[in-house]
Amino acid sequence: MRAILLGAAAAIALTALDAEAGTLRWARTGEALTLDPHSQNEGPTTTFLHQIYETLILADMTGAFVEGLAVNWGPLEEDPNVWRFDLRQGVAFHDGTPFTAADAAFSIMRAKSEASNFRELLGSVVEARVVDDHTLDLVTDGPNPILPANLTNIFMVSEAWARANDVVDVHNFAAGEDSFAARNVNGTGPYVLVSRDPDSRSVLRLNEDYWGIGEFPLDVTEIIFTPIQNPATRVAALLSGEVDFIQDVPVQDLDRIANTDGLVLGTTAQNRTIFFGLNVADEDLASDNVEGRNPFADRRVREAMNIAINREAIRQVVMRGQSQPTGVIMPPFVNGWTEELDAFPPVDLDRARALMAEAGFADGFSTRLDCPNDRYINDEAICQAVVGMFGQIGINVTLDARPRAQHFPLLANLETDFYMLGWGVPTYDSEYIFNFLVHTRDDGFGSWNATRYSNPELDAKIRSLSSNIDLEARDADIAAIWEVVQAETIYLPVHHQVLNWAFSDRIDTIVDPEDQVLFKYFVMAD
Amino acid sequence: MTDVSENAIPENAIPENAVAEHAPGPIAERPTGRFARALDSDLAWRFRRSPLTVVAALVTVSMILAALLAPWIAPHNPHDPASLNLMNGFTPPMTANAFTGAEFLLGTDDQGRDVFSAILYGLRISLFVGFAAVGLAMLIGVTLGLIAGYVGGWPDTVIMRVADVQLTFPAILIAMLIFGVAKGFTPPELRNEMAIWVLILSIGLSDWVQFARTVRAAAMVEAKKDYVAAARLVGRSKAAIMLRHVAPNAMGPVLVIATISLALAIIAEATLSFLGVGAPPTQPSLGTLIRIGQRFLFSGEWWILLFPSLTLLVLALAVNLLGDWLRDALNPKLR
Repeated sequence: MRAILLGAAAAIALTALDAEAGTLRWARTGEALTLDPHSQNEGPTTTFLHQIYETLILADMTGAFVEGLAVNWGPLEEDPNVWRFDLRQGVAFHDGTPFTAADAAFSIMRAKSEASNFRELLGSVVEARVVDDHTLDLVTDGPNPILPANLTNIFMVSEAWARANDVVDVHNFAAGEDSFAARNVNGTGPYVLVSRDPDSRSVLRLNEDYWGIGEFPLDVTEIIFTPIQNPATRVAALLSGEVDFIQDVPVQDLDRIANTDGLVLGTTAQNRTIFFGLNVADEDLASDNVEGRNPFADRRVREAMNIAINREAIRQVVMRGQSQPTGVIMPPFVNGWTEELDAFPPVDLDRARALMAEAGFADGFSTRLDCPNDRYINDEAICQAVVGMFGQIGINVTLDARPRAQHFPLLANLETDFYMLGWGVPTYDSEYIFNFLVHTRDDGFGSWNATRYSNPELDAKIRSLSSNIDLEARDADIAAIWEVVQAETIYLPVHHQVLNWAFSDRIDTIVDPEDQVLFKYFVMAD
Repeated sequence: MTDVSENAIPENAIPENAVAEHAPGPIAERPTGRFARALDSDLAWRFRRSPLTVVAALVTVSMILAALLAPWIAPHNPHDPASLNLMNGFTPPMTANAFTGAEFLLGTDDQGRDVFSAILYGLRISLFVGFAAVGLAMLIGVTLGLIAGYVGGWPDTVIMRVADVQLTFPAILIAMLIFGVAKGFTPPELRNEMAIWVLILSIGLSDWVQFARTVRAAAMVEAKKDYVAAARLVGRSKAAIMLRHVAPNAMGPVLVIATISLALAIIAEATLSFLGVGAPPTQPSLGTLIRIGQRFLFSGEWWILLFPSLTLLVLALAVNLLGDWLRDALNPKLR
């Protein structure tokens, strides 16, 4: 009798613990910019949305492409320009409507529309065709061997929901608009949004009707997300047990966390490169003191700046060894990366000053650097450090550091001439970088290219990549494009980030090199 | 005319009589020079009798001097980014840097900036913003207070209701609001240069109410006194009476408020800069330095936070003590 009573008590205690154990309190620097799944192709935004919305193909936390809402895909044998996707059956959106091929086609076209930030990924797609309720065909303008890689961040929305709430058009974030979809969600994903108080606290709860129950661990039943901008406060919250999991761990606190009982530090080389962009094309700049001339348009000035950056000092002091200095804006995982491209030039202030003088700026000039202060690891400190380095070759830089919600619109609206940006490559292919950062900014391309760089010859080459099925020739083209990008020095690369996650030892997870958290894979001990 | 103006300092006559009770020598031997008379005044006597106040005054004066002489005292110019060597970053106080071998009295911050120099230059900005903001608040407050107290009627109602409304908000919130709005209006390329002036404007505008209320009360009392009636009889204009007769007599409490406001303004500036909306990172004030330093609190680089904080603490405390002492010294009820 007594044993039974004890057992019952233990069972009650366990269930009580279970409810508690499934809650994961998550903190990182910043909030999702918008909840519209096709509005902002930006890390923290897509990470948040990945818990709620799903894609046809998912890049899991190792980077492998696995089944999402599509269970089977491949180009048709009779027509290599058509990719066929067999969609998962029995999936419902959070509002109960079933997920069909019509929704998928609608989502693809929505992500291709004017205000979408994901257009570059779907540049080769000309048509999304519904074959039957659970079969979708994507027609491309030529054979596109890497199409699946481009679909891992294209979220599926409900057509009926979008039409009912008047959000067929994508939320235009840079224009400062508001929209129903920016504040409300309706996905098929493992978690439903319970409440959201932007910049303060969002609560997500397990979707009881999720198709993947039984297939994934889904140990996390409730997610409480709190953005904490201040790095010391974020670490303090973890150390005191106020949160269980933090991203954007400040490099100065790694030792402290690693030496704290009950906390785990996960480290991996990150798929993200930090660099500076320059306005290389405008006739005159608003942000400099040079009249009638754009100093950045002179390749010698750009080269001088490139060899004035002491990347090793940034690695040792600002990043405390937690970075990999580089000479190219491409992370090492990406197709097209070579050691030669990655090698960075040694600091040579004498040559930099000589180049400046040759370009007619012996007395230097002054300009403004726009920098985010809550996006990349030590972003503001890196910017401050380079301000000093450019000062040594006569370029007097004023630093304007802002939260990313104000920084990124500067790039979108071309209101900056000198800016910091970090770029990760979820498709693991150079084409992704070229489409967004090198191609002229025009219809469907170059949306993150704020350098005003435009080279029609190069553009044609970039556009031909997506339909080049001869992979060897394609790689040769990629190498040729990189050669131009490097020779022109339109970007000043700094380093590849090293990614750190810190979490309570109740949690078991690997660290995703793209900093993409997928809580459905998390295992929780109790 | 002058004999009427003499009337403007009858208050000072009372302390002089009061001195008689505890003054060291007989009244007949009192010195005559202006400076000597000031040294012998009641205020000076009270000052000498309070060691705490003497220390506070010494600290305040030496900090002001250090700030003024910063370009000559400081070993580096922290406002010149080109002079920094990043490799000097995070050097502990009085210890040689591992890479460069350089030594710094109070260590360096994350950018390799000498903390001692940064504090001196930061003091300059903090004190300048403090003095200028209090000056602005005083100018606005005294003017509006005089008008409200002496003129009365609807100007009084309007000014005091605005003051009441403003008093319902914490000053720092108003300063942040003004700062945000002003920043929106300044062109981006001028933003860093304007930041200091915008700071002064926002703190000054958030702090005038105290002055206005005090001056208004004093002006109302003074306006009923005989010497004002006399001035009016002689035919002086309202503005002249306000400025030449009423204002000087309302100045005692203003001096006290100004001193205490100075400490508050310095802290307000530090708060705004700490929140990242004040002085630009390349021209750090004390608040900016504390903001930078608190990031390294957990990692053991304590000096980046500690020294600027101590400086701010000591400065604010010293100025506050001075203000407190002045309030007591000028308050006849506390004698």
